[in-house]
Amino acid sequence: MNSFDSARRDFLQLLGGTASAAWLTANWPALVSAAEHAHQAAKSDHPALEVFTADQAREVEALAACIIPTTDTPGAREAGVVYFIDRALKTFFSETLPVYQKGLEAVQKTTAELFPGVPRFSAATEEQKLKIFTHITGESERPEGATRRLAPGDSPDFFQTLRVHTIFGFLVDPEGGGNRDYAGWKAIGRDPSHSFSPPFGFYDKDYPGWQPVPGETEKK
Amino acid sequence: MSRPMVTYKPSDEVDFVIIGSGAAGGVLAKELSTNGFRVVVLEQGEYLREKDFTHDETKVFLQSQLTNKVNVHPVTFRKTPQDAAKKQQAVLYGSCVGGSSVHFTANFWRFHEIDFKEHSKTGDIPGANFADWPITYSDLEPYYTKVEWEIGVSGLAGSSPFDPPRSKPYPMPPLPVKGNGVVFERGCRKLGYHPFPAPMAILSQPRAGRAACMNCGFCLGFGCEVGAKSSSLSSVIPMAEKTGRCEIRPNCYVHRIETDKNGRAIGAVYFDAQRNTHLQKAKAVILSANGAETPRLLLLSASNQFPGGLANSSGYVGKNLMPNSNALAFGVFDEPLNDYKGPAVSRIMHDFYELDPKLGLYGGGGLDARFDFTPVSFALNGLPSDAPKWGAGFKQVLAHNFPRTLEIFCHGTSLPAESNSFSLDPDVKDAWGLPALRMTFRDHPNDLKMMEWMKDRALEILDAAGAKTKWNAPIQEQQFAVHLLGTCRMGNDPKTSVINADHRTHDVKNLFLCDGSSLVTSGRGQPTMTIQALAYRAADRITTLAKRGEISA
Repeated sequence: MNSFDSARRDFLQLLGGTASAAWLTANWPALVSAAEHAHQAAKSDHPALEVFTADQAREVEALAACIIPTTDTPGAREAGVVYFIDRALKTFFSETLPVYQKGLEAVQKTTAELFPGVPRFSAATEEQKLKIFTHITGESERPEGATRRLAPGDSPDFFQTLRVHTIFGFLVDPEGGGNRDYAGWKAIGRDPSHSFSPPFGFYDKDYPGWQPVPGETEKK
Repeated sequence: MSRPMVTYKPSDEVDFVIIGSGAAGGVLAKELSTNGFRVVVLEQGEYLREKDFTHDETKVFLQSQLTNKVNVHPVTFRKTPQDAAKKQQAVLYGSCVGGSSVHFTANFWRFHEIDFKEHSKTGDIPGANFADWPITYSDLEPYYTKVEWEIGVSGLAGSSPFDPPRSKPYPMPPLPVKGNGVVFERGCRKLGYHPFPAPMAILSQPRAGRAACMNCGFCLGFGCEVGAKSSSLSSVIPMAEKTGRCEIRPNCYVHRIETDKNGRAIGAVYFDAQRNTHLQKAKAVILSANGAETPRLLLLSASNQFPGGLANSSGYVGKNLMPNSNALAFGVFDEPLNDYKGPAVSRIMHDFYELDPKLGLYGGGGLDARFDFTPVSFALNGLPSDAPKWGAGFKQVLAHNFPRTLEIFCHGTSLPAESNSFSLDPDVKDAWGLPALRMTFRDHPNDLKMMEWMKDRALEILDAAGAKTKWNAPIQEQQFAVHLLGTCRMGNDPKTSVINADHRTHDVKNLFLCDGSSLVTSGRGQPTMTIQALAYRAADRITTLAKRGEISA
């Protein structure tokens, strides 16, 4: 085994709660078409949504931007993550559509409870969004004795699902329909070039070439 | 790309039908067709070409573009024969022309002398079904050299004091060193170890009409779009097709080896892409379907004459599975390594290949420094467990660590145990209604103990190398295998092995097996080089037998 395989296995297990590996592989021709659509959409100035309403897309985009915010570098918003997710929900991740529907309802409810008067998550201030999102992830600091009970209708899968999809949409090779203009790769310091020549980084710049250990040429 | 220059009808009785076009099947096809035989290779997967390969992780991670598709070929897993097996993706193998050699890391270590005779040196080990090989390193040495020169392996002969003898240097210099190689070398040398340039089945120079590696970084798990990775697809299969005697036939799911009343194999039965059944007739049959599917196919071929499965009078078909043990440590450095560029590995070390018996551990291992993440898999699995999961903090640690992280991968021995096996699941069926592959596996306690020890050494090397932070993956029982070794082992005694030293099954004279299933021990974690050396040797042995009239007689 190698760490790619372990990463792949972990990845499949991570998806296990939302879509089985078998289901994913069964739907892979659909996935190809999704990727192609998303690629087109990501390149387009006015991409068409196929699953989300404009309102839902605005909320999902705001949520994805909490996972990977725009800072001094591009975030989920600039990478067109919401369009990757929209196409994914039409095709290879369509099984997770109910997770989004329930999840968005729960977000709306939490927003209303925490900040009465704020009409929707995307309309909240950045500070309010952080509070709401912290609540959603179940990682918030709670007063002594408070339970970690999720609000009714709150799906424990929503955050994990959204996180995996956002990471995919942010960092996948643009051929896969996300990572618009290599926004994600730029943000993590990955040169988008297709091929490279050494030296690759800091430590191999002045490497003198491999030398045997002095005085140790004998076979062990 | 070349197209098949010859086609045969299933009713044409060819000299050899080979099941599987991977590391072993590709070599056998090339050698036997070059030696004048008519060969059909039946491959379960598609015939993808370099132009079909992509860096798109959704295709490769999610669609299993290059690997077994568990929606139609389900796999079940259990730890012991007493447990109920459950559906689980427990096995990953290549399913396309070229097999696992298309997506592998391309670490190409030879086995050492000790790997062939370790039982004699160590004696029996409780809980293990341990044996010597019927051949030695010196029997295989000329074939290791042939692999290096024909397939194309980059490396530096004489750079490891632990290497076994060799008759020729590598045909081309090592691949460029990476940041991970430089700091690994530094750490190892501080501790008195002997790191050296990794031998890799990737071209460092253009060769035989193939391009040199362009360091794109989408290597492990992906097909090479320039043919620099020395897969069977890019190296030996074009040579086989060029003979005009070899047909590579993709999308053929072989599910039975047919025998006649004399107990001789007469050909392979397969479903084509439209699910029509055919029998490809042949004078002899060679299974190179990998260490999971070769035993499964033998078990599926049970008949009145062979009630326990074909070639299974020993009861050893599917037994003694060895997936190699492994451990993984991570380090983050101050400056960018940028290890996403280039093949995964550039430096390895073999100081622990044969551990001091005083340690109380059997076997040994090898370590490499690597980076085998894509951007997506790194974000999902490459950060320490205490890193933030979202927000500016997550993005910051991702951006900081991605170019600065390396892994030290420890590869080690797996001891063979009879209960570790592949068998037919009695309940779960595949999409054609045939019994699914069932894996039964639990690591031998020695192997887990050894990996704990190895992991501690890897963390020491990271410290010596100057890692700013470091951590390791927990050592746990494996439930996922990619090295599928030992399940139809080679031996002189028909009671305790499935094939002889010529790769001929003890029970069926014109049936040969050659792939990871043939291995008697697991080496130290990098089996493909040995599988290919065995395939070159098997082709020589089979050619000699055929020319003497000892196969079809």
